[in-house]
Amino acid sequence: MSDYTLDSAEGRVEALRRMLTIRSFDETAGERFADGEIPGFVHLYVGEEAVGVGTCAALNDDDYIASTHRGHGHCIAKGLNPKYMMAELYGKADGYCNGKGGSMHIADVDAGMLGANGIVGAGPPMATGAALSIDYQGRDQVAVGFLGDGAVAQGQVHEAVNLASTWNLPAIFVIENNRYGEGTPVEQQHNVDNLSDTAAAHGIPGVTVDGMDVTAVAEAVEEARKRARAGDGPTMIEAETYRYRGHYEGDEQVYRDEDEVERWREQDPIASFKERLIDRGELTEAVFEEMQAEAQATIENALAYAKEADDPHPSEAYEDMFGDSVPEIERFAQQATARTDGGDH
Amino acid sequence: MAQAGIEQTETMTVREAIRQALREELDRDDDVYMMGEDIGDMGGVLAVTGDLIDEFGEERVRDTPISEAGFVGAATGAAATGTRPVVEIMFSDFMGVSMEQTMNQMAKMRYMFGGKTEMPVTIRTTEGGGMGAASQHSGTVHAWIAHFPGLKAVSPGTAESAKGLTKAAIRSDDPVFVFENKMIYERQGEVPTDPEFTVPIGEAAVEREGSDVTVLATQRLVGDSLDVAEDLAGGTSVEVIDARSLYPLDTDTIVESVEKTGRLVVADESPLSYGIHAEVATRAMENAFFSLDAPIQRVGTPDTHIPFSPTLEDEVLPDGDDVREAIGRIT
Ligand SMILES: Cc1ncc(C[n+]2csc(CCOP(=O)(O)OP(=O)(O)O)c2C)c(N)n1
Ligand SMILES: [Mg+2]
Repeated sequence: MSDYTLDSAEGRVEALRRMLTIRSFDETAGERFADGEIPGFVHLYVGEEAVGVGTCAALNDDDYIASTHRGHGHCIAKGLNPKYMMAELYGKADGYCNGKGGSMHIADVDAGMLGANGIVGAGPPMATGAALSIDYQGRDQVAVGFLGDGAVAQGQVHEAVNLASTWNLPAIFVIENNRYGEGTPVEQQHNVDNLSDTAAAHGIPGVTVDGMDVTAVAEAVEEARKRARAGDGPTMIEAETYRYRGHYEGDEQVYRDEDEVERWREQDPIASFKERLIDRGELTEAVFEEMQAEAQATIENALAYAKEADDPHPSEAYEDMFGDSVPEIERFAQQATARTDGGDH
Repeated sequence: MAQAGIEQTETMTVREAIRQALREELDRDDDVYMMGEDIGDMGGVLAVTGDLIDEFGEERVRDTPISEAGFVGAATGAAATGTRPVVEIMFSDFMGVSMEQTMNQMAKMRYMFGGKTEMPVTIRTTEGGGMGAASQHSGTVHAWIAHFPGLKAVSPGTAESAKGLTKAAIRSDDPVFVFENKMIYERQGEVPTDPEFTVPIGEAAVEREGSDVTVLATQRLVGDSLDVAEDLAGGTSVEVIDARSLYPLDTDTIVESVEKTGRLVVADESPLSYGIHAEVATRAMENAFFSLDAPIQRVGTPDTHIPFSPTLEDEVLPDGDDVREAIGRIT
């Protein structure tokens, strides 16, 4: 079981907490990026929280997910620690990837998180591969491949879905249709009504759900998980959602107007789920505010931790290319160690 | 390249020079059109295509779905059938996705078909580290293309060569890859304004003359090497050559320079093993062995990927200091 499911009031509150944590993490990352503290690219998940959280709520702890370039939400939904995530964004030695990956490559394979991914469409083949391991060893798990609407145009996505289908593997493909691939609207990239229609080409069920509704996502994934575990193969789920921020931080967003963003904000996944929990008597406004403050505190602590953490030693650039060392690289590692007063590393 | 009379030039950045080349070629030939991801209204992620869509419309500045294998393959098919596509691959790392169409179709058709087709396709892409963009957006992969028979590869280091090579690539009836380095888009230079100006593919340029050591550089390292040459002036006289064209490679210019200086440093951001460095060094040895007074030095990326953390990225990326050290080792 996941440590939260939407079957209990407690689990629902936990799901809300995760969504709050994701939002707080990403809003903070956006601010820190704007201030020039975070290098590279960051792609934020604000507005899309219900997809990652709904999906992971329906998974078991040891199930796998393969993420995208917009991966922070998937990480937190899967239970990764914001401290080490933020440290990774800051390029620090004890970030999840020891500073080698950054925002676009956060991974924790032991926790079932097979990595954010800088290559659009590369996650689904990873999920098919994880499902192959599961099937091969008869393990009681599933693997989820996340992808964006834009990624549905990639050949390797369809090859992966077809493989999972013909081999009847326990895989689930979750399309996060946020209406755009960078600045290009979904209508200019595809000629189908629903992206889930493409499932038919691979002989698997395809469903489209409200991706602003965490329970709708969780129900679809739960169903898909049952199917996969019953040996009935993969499912494709399209979650209709929206990103509030630019494609990446710094995007001028010439391709849309503020009204469109406002309309989607009215269906905000956090606000709407909160209302529902209050209506059901599972939450009060006061408790919600407390939760919000806690989420912020968690992220502030993560930020403080990341800022204080040590940079990697330059010689670490030469680690982890292979399982063993090769002379071509080793000589540079030795030079880097020697350069820093006798190698204090 | 310089015609008789006075050559008019204009100061511009590498980015502007490439855009001007694209504009002039779109203007000159109706069969030329561009395609790529977000090159239209977005103007390209690194803002190279800019406002070209306003001038030429979405038929000729085409946004594609995220399908590199599909559109590189389509460009190959289109080039074989009478049009002249200019493709942008957003980051060179994504060439992995389209490699099949590149190596088995684009590169081979003319030869396999006994010369029955031309292949006037241009692929522009941006490569290199320095932006904190991590391993899947920072690679320098031009050696793959230069290595592969049937493909031409150019790698401008200055605004002038960026414009001239882009134009020559588009006018060529062969597949030409233009490798832009993302860290030099803002670098300025003097660029000829004559719309007929091109830089012939296969010609290197001596950017600075010197007599003690030759630095054969590419892309960002051309500028870095020129800065080092300036610093060392008075002590060591450094000749800096921009390779400009990787395949075909201008062996004559390199050999002539090495015959004069007797010393060679090859500076290219590719991983060190099995790459541009080895090729240049071999040609120098084959043709100027008895002129060499010292071992040839290589400056490049140790055989790692480009890591994210600035500390690590700085460690592996070659720069002017590495060029200076390499010169120091042999002079
Ligand atoms: C193979 C490849 N091509 C292009 C890109 C550049 N790129 C990064 S994200 C992106 C848009 C992806 O759109 P979508 O799949 O809808 O995901 P979203 O960003 O909307 O979450 C593009 C084109 C890339 N990273 N990889
Ligand atoms: Mg999208």
